[in-house]
Amino acid sequence: MERIPILRMGQFLLVTIQVDMHDRLAVQLQDDLTQKISEWSSRGVLIDISTLEIVDSFIGRMLANIAGMARVLDAETVVVGMQPAVAITLVELGMSLAGVRTALNVETGMELLYELRGDFHSEMGG
Amino acid sequence: MKSVKQETVPIFTSSDVVVARQKVRQWALELKFTLVDQTKLVTAASELARNALDHGKGGQMMIEQVENSTRNGLKLVFEDRGPGIPDIEAALRDGFTTGNGMGLGLGGSKRLVNDFHIDSEPGKGTRITVVRWK
Amino acid sequence: MSKLPEMISKHEEQLRTEWLKQMSSAVRRADLMSDEEIKAQSRELLAAIASGAKSGDVANLDGAAWATTRDILQSISTSRAKQGFTPGETTSFVLSLKQPLFSIIRKELSSTPDAMFDEVWKATTLLDKLGQITTDAFMETREKFIVRQQEELMELSTPVVKLWEGILALPIIGTLDSARTQVVMESLLSAVVQTNSRFAIIDITGVPTVDTLVAQHLLKTITAARLMGAECIISGVRPQIAQTIVHLGIDLANVVTKAKLSDAFALALQRTGKTVVNTNGGNEKKTFFKKEE
Repeated sequence: MERIPILRMGQFLLVTIQVDMHDRLAVQLQDDLTQKISEWSSRGVLIDISTLEIVDSFIGRMLANIAGMARVLDAETVVVGMQPAVAITLVELGMSLAGVRTALNVETGMELLYELRGDFHSEMGG
Repeated sequence: MKSVKQETVPIFTSSDVVVARQKVRQWALELKFTLVDQTKLVTAASELARNALDHGKGGQMMIEQVENSTRNGLKLVFEDRGPGIPDIEAALRDGFTTGNGMGLGLGGSKRLVNDFHIDSEPGKGTRITVVRWK
Repeated sequence: MSKLPEMISKHEEQLRTEWLKQMSSAVRRADLMSDEEIKAQSRELLAAIASGAKSGDVANLDGAAWATTRDILQSISTSRAKQGFTPGETTSFVLSLKQPLFSIIRKELSSTPDAMFDEVWKATTLLDKLGQITTDAFMETREKFIVRQQEELMELSTPVVKLWEGILALPIIGTLDSARTQVVMESLLSAVVQTNSRFAIIDITGVPTVDTLVAQHLLKTITAARLMGAECIISGVRPQIAQTIVHLGIDLANVVTKAKLSDAFALALQRTGKTVVNTNGGNEKKTFFKKEE
């Protein structure tokens, strides 16, 4: 079955969501991420949703869940690249994703992750 | 409302929900809705299709282009033969919250469209009709 | 079966001439429309009415036979609305066809009064309906125009200003209703993307009242910006507004609010790691914020 690829960048994980996800794929992503964070002792996760044209309540909850589970495993999550139309719609839908950190793009997202969890001594460790 | 053309999409698997979204997107694009309006309608469709699947045990979505005296719009009808909604008011009651709890209910979808109507009785299934005008 | 189609076709030329003569100078509006234009419109319309009457029912104008007539009336109405004709003038253009048409009917059927009355009735009903179509089309054009103007007005009254690298300011003037909020959100979010900003100062000095609804709209806007990685600071909170917020029990959660835009700006500068330095010609004194006196 198809899975969304998870890239490892030192202490951080990078996930780019480019497909119109169906529910099982979303659940699979949550499982895979939790597993990898644990396996690689990752300190942060960057989720790039800049090509997602739709984020409904299911995907929204998925993002919140990932952030929550990552935090329990001592990793920070930053979601980047939400499109304006998507943000406006999510807010209208009633979701604020309060527990999820956000940034405008991958660059600022990575900066934020480093600010929060970067440990320059063991950057390439693992 | 005078209807012009329509299409029906079955909703029995989670892939069907994706297809439903994409169809609504296509129709909204053709009718030249603004990007924000398209996004709202497609997201509402995703919510309602998923509801039909999860709570309604499967059903279908009908898309129809509609017109009234002054404007064009897109009507979506979601029907399922599930258990029905016992307390419609409670299902709709969902103010703007800052939490990300489970079950946002139908209140959210209602805010994304212009017209929203539910027909449901326990044991008789549910039909939800929504319209987004240009 | 109505004798109108026959009569109209037979006397088309005469009808048109009489019709043009019938239009008094008030309806004629030579200042807005040239002679050639009006002659062309009359010819077109009369031909469409003739063919509609021939192939269709003169009582029911919804069918395909009358489609051309409806289209012509629609475009005549729309163009006149834009040119500045009044609705009355536009409808009179159509209705002034009555007298010439009645004259023709009388000429043809004066010997059969019942038939004459019948046809006159049909003719008047037909023209009244055409007049109605014209008025409706006129009103529709006017309404669309007004709606477009309202939209433009809303967009103009929500400018987004870049105060510094990564810091935007959004002064809101006037009431913040739900329609306005949509415009505000769209402007703000697209500005955030374009300028790569992390901070947005929403100044509400120009918002007359802040009640629970307005607060909800503000919170919506702030949440949307947050979802894109931009943090909002509200400034321009007058003392009365602060009181209202507390009395109404409005929870502004984690939103920072400041009385003055300058304080909000100073805060944003600090948060982006900037320092304001007081250069005092020679004696350089480093301060973190330049306090407004």
